[in-house]
Amino acid sequence: MSTIYSEDHSDKVEKEFTLSVLTEDKAGLLNHITIIFNRRKINITSLNVSTTEVAGVSRFTIVLTSTRERIEKVVKQIRKLIDVLGAFVYDENEIYYQEIALYKVPTQVFLNGNKIEDLVRNNGARILVIEKDHIIIEKTGHKKDTHDLYKKLEPHGLLEFVRSGRVAISKSKRKTEAFIKQLEDAESNVLSIKEF
Amino acid sequence: MNTPTLEVANKPKKASIKVSGAEAVLLCLIEEGVDVIFGYPGGAIMPIYDALYGYTDRLEHILTRHEQGATHAAQGYARVTGRTGVCFATSGPGATNLITGLADAQIDSTPMVAITGQVPSHLLGTDAFQETDVVGISMPVTKWNYQVTKAEEIPEAIARAFYIAGSGRPGPVLIDITKDAQFQEFEYTYEKCTKIRSYHPYPELENDKVAEAAQLINEAKKPFILVGQGVLLSGAQKELLTFAEKAGIPMASTLMGLSAVPVSHPLYVGYLGMHGNYGPNVKTNECDVLIAIGMRFDDRVTGDLKRYATQAKVIHIEIDPSEIDKNVKTTVAINADAKQALISLIKQTETNSHQEWLQEFRDCDKMEDEKVIHAEKFPESGQIRMAEVIRMISDKTEGKAILVTDVGQHQMVASRYYEFESTDANVTSGGLGTMGFSLPAAMGAKMGCQDKTVVAVIGDGGFQMTIQELGTIFQSNIAVKILVLNNNFLGMVRQWQQLFHDKRYSFTELTNPNFQKIAEGYGIHTNKITERPDLDAAINTWLAEEGPSLLEVVVEKEENVFPMVPSGASVSDIRLE
Repeated sequence: MSTIYSEDHSDKVEKEFTLSVLTEDKAGLLNHITIIFNRRKINITSLNVSTTEVAGVSRFTIVLTSTRERIEKVVKQIRKLIDVLGAFVYDENEIYYQEIALYKVPTQVFLNGNKIEDLVRNNGARILVIEKDHIIIEKTGHKKDTHDLYKKLEPHGLLEFVRSGRVAISKSKRKTEAFIKQLEDAESNVLSIKEF
Repeated sequence: MNTPTLEVANKPKKASIKVSGAEAVLLCLIEEGVDVIFGYPGGAIMPIYDALYGYTDRLEHILTRHEQGATHAAQGYARVTGRTGVCFATSGPGATNLITGLADAQIDSTPMVAITGQVPSHLLGTDAFQETDVVGISMPVTKWNYQVTKAEEIPEAIARAFYIAGSGRPGPVLIDITKDAQFQEFEYTYEKCTKIRSYHPYPELENDKVAEAAQLINEAKKPFILVGQGVLLSGAQKELLTFAEKAGIPMASTLMGLSAVPVSHPLYVGYLGMHGNYGPNVKTNECDVLIAIGMRFDDRVTGDLKRYATQAKVIHIEIDPSEIDKNVKTTVAINADAKQALISLIKQTETNSHQEWLQEFRDCDKMEDEKVIHAEKFPESGQIRMAEVIRMISDKTEGKAILVTDVGQHQMVASRYYEFESTDANVTSGGLGTMGFSLPAAMGAKMGCQDKTVVAVIGDGGFQMTIQELGTIFQSNIAVKILVLNNNFLGMVRQWQQLFHDKRYSFTELTNPNFQKIAEGYGIHTNKITERPDLDAAINTWLAEEGPSLLEVVVEKEENVFPMVPSGASVSDIRLE
């Protein structure tokens, strides 16, 4: 029998979680999902929505800070939504993830020696576009990495900076297609697959 | 994201007929076995109402006096029949007036399909006359909602609506249909929805969980069953009794679970929660195994969660996985339909009895009876008390009426003292606590159960929130028995003001109109009683009336409902006085 009155309080510690939510590609679902967070005053740190390799299926990747106990309850509410195919919680060590950042700097700064070129090289960034008056630098990494480069470029007259939401891929071996197939074949909802 | 369309294109084509979207709505409802619709017409739903003119032989429509009344009537209908209630409203204010009823149905798991008209699709998002984003507004208070902009989507949308509303843990669904889609002609065919790949309403019973639960139950010395509305919703009344009788376990009911177990059952020990019975509350913190069936541990049941049943091993039988471990941590969670779980549990439960434990409840009953119940039910002096009125109605109807209560003191008193003997007979607004629920809900209940006595118990406050529905009762001659327990106060709020706010009766006293004149204006037989000796005969006449009748009983102005678990207190701290 499972013991639940453990003295372990790790469920009550606030930390960053990544949610991966597979849905039917339907209008209004974004609203449906965000309402669940809003009602509980949970702030979303980052949100990314995109279609998946399976036609008609979208994936929401949501990053937020909460406790395990709380987030598990929220995920159950998300799973309950019609048109949500599956919702999974991951902590940092259960996923690989990246964010992408774009930096716009004046072309002029590249003419003042190798400083910017070195920054690009040493930070694993790359030049995406060169225009007469500005250059776009692209960097992929964790938030800390893209923020570091931001800090380094800032003194050189950074014109604009944008960062994407997180995309994450789980360390498990399951495939989205196989998961959808399982749902279609299932008679029940016993499929609360956590290790997806 | 794509524009919203249902998967109409891929459906195999059956023999079809060419109809308008409006007519298709009605054909779909007939396919779903709908016989009565509660609604209110208006500009954006006119094509549907026009089509309805030709369908009155197959679909009865009850014209309510407000859209909120239509939703509560649909709820009342659904709660007593187990079938999905249906209501119609127009766009804009018609649609926004549905919100309270939708929220009520959502929190109390009532199957309902609301169909709203919407402005023509080319006007969507333009702030057109009577345009409101009802799909956006109703999102948090519906199980599912959908906007139809093409007639060809109607059959699939409605089929889904009924499937979603009525399956698993039931709930309300709203379908918003633009006026142009109602006019549009298309090739109509209907196919019932039986599966949605993202929706699995019936969890598979996990046998190992049942075995774990059975072991706990078999080893228990002081087991205790909490009966929730899930028992009624899954039709598990018989299985519950078999289980409880075999294992010899005392049962108490939540507000929403009332009438699942006959009050006279030897193992029934009463009503749970803030104004529930003494024994069930106190013994929750003394039992060793708590078996919660189809209930959600609402704060009005649990009081302070930190001091709720912490000594007990908790078995939670619940169809909705999001309710498990939400408020109370379970030892064994059986995520399944109550009936299915009980059938399986009965087989693994050993025959047992817990007479001494049951006696502890009876001892509590004795104490409650001495301190509260007897004086409430049989007062000898002073003004009429709510409990004695309910006691008399309970006796005269032999506990077999459908009791539709509003919200407040009278609701708690009726729930405490009506001795339910027949099932699916308690209709109330539990989760949302919607004042004004009772009168329209009683109309719906009567429409669903014409052969039963339907008693609406209402306070003078709640009565005036939906009093206009007397017009519906008059026009459609719906034979509900309306009991207004009048204390010229918003009694429950006044009670709290007395107990917790130094008797600062801030805006709770009501100067009421002459309810007799109002009822007479609607052609409803009416009587007003202020003296105890007149009560018995008045109740007899009121119940015997063939059509609708209203009985106003002027009751003790500053009556308090006890026992009471004060807000935030533990169930053990229940006060008898």
